[in-house]
Amino acid sequence: MKFMLLISELIIPLSFVGIIGYGYIKKVNVYEEFIEGAKDGFKTVIGIMPTLIGLMVGVGMLRASGFLDLLANFLSPLTDLISFPKEAVALTLMRLVSSSASTGLLIDIFKTYGPDSFIGRFVSIMMSCTETILYTMSVYFMSVKITKTKYTLAGALISNFAGIIAALWITRALFG
Amino acid sequence: MLNYIWGIMILLAVVVASFTGKMPDITNSALESAQDAVALCVKMTGIVAMWTGLMKIAEKAGLVEALSKKLSPVMKFLFPDLHSGSKAAKHISTNFIANILGIGWAATPAGLKAMEELQKTNPDKTTASRNMCMFLIINMSSLQIVSVNIVAYRAQYNSVNPSEIIGPGLVTTLVSTLTAVIAAKIFEKVRFK
Repeated sequence: MKFMLLISELIIPLSFVGIIGYGYIKKVNVYEEFIEGAKDGFKTVIGIMPTLIGLMVGVGMLRASGFLDLLANFLSPLTDLISFPKEAVALTLMRLVSSSASTGLLIDIFKTYGPDSFIGRFVSIMMSCTETILYTMSVYFMSVKITKTKYTLAGALISNFAGIIAALWITRALFG
Repeated sequence: MLNYIWGIMILLAVVVASFTGKMPDITNSALESAQDAVALCVKMTGIVAMWTGLMKIAEKAGLVEALSKKLSPVMKFLFPDLHSGSKAAKHISTNFIANILGIGWAATPAGLKAMEELQKTNPDKTTASRNMCMFLIINMSSLQIVSVNIVAYRAQYNSVNPSEIIGPGLVTTLVSTLTAVIAAKIFEKVRFK
């Protein structure tokens, strides 16, 4: 299991070496392109800032009102049954619907429990292997005006569900 | 969608706070969260910009095209009736590779073009074709190798080792993607032969 942590340590340096090396082979002006790309990164973050302000305010108010704790406690008989962390239920469900709202909930978990807590690590891994299914499906199918989506939703839910279970299992095995 | 989610969140917070007596708390939390959001964006810009900069080099060097070509045996297995030189196949492999590398700005346009191409050969224009279902189920299984945003958020909230989740994230991404392929293949056989 520890090989996963080795991957974590190596992947960023290896990406740098691999991509810059490949860039040299293909005669790319690596530093100029890096600067160009970094500018795009700036624009992306500035672009999501208003959304993040709105949703972090919403989630922050929900947290302060006590609603998130009430919800977790209300669901705990069910989540205990499948030994799923109750604090992560709201985030896991929101993950399927909206990327920015789930980011708000993710940050709330980091603030409340810390990113290195069991729950913080679980949601970090879970967020890496799931997707905003409902949003993505509507964008892609609407672009070609398809209304009957057959088994797309079922297939996507099964795969994301498998990811969530795997995330829980691996978090327990590595950090439990 | 967010028009409802966001409004309901705030209304719910105010209603619950009126019962729990936490009105002052939600006021403070609203003010604090708004500031937090900006602080978070400013700090995460560094990590995100570093990564998009690196990915720009990859893109300019033609890494997406080079890897897309390597994908053709996989494409044959996933889309047996799709000709490997077709535009649809090219757009789909570009979308997959761009998603794997986390180059969002290249992934979505290619994905939308892929849908457009698939729709051209689709006999029933209102019903998803088999290839569309396969493409989207894999696309939505999460393909990205390094979730750099998550690493950036973890760094901002003082994680001792923000990047430690990359390896586990990669393994779970493999699990969800393999499950996606198996599920889509089974659905194809069972219901829509």
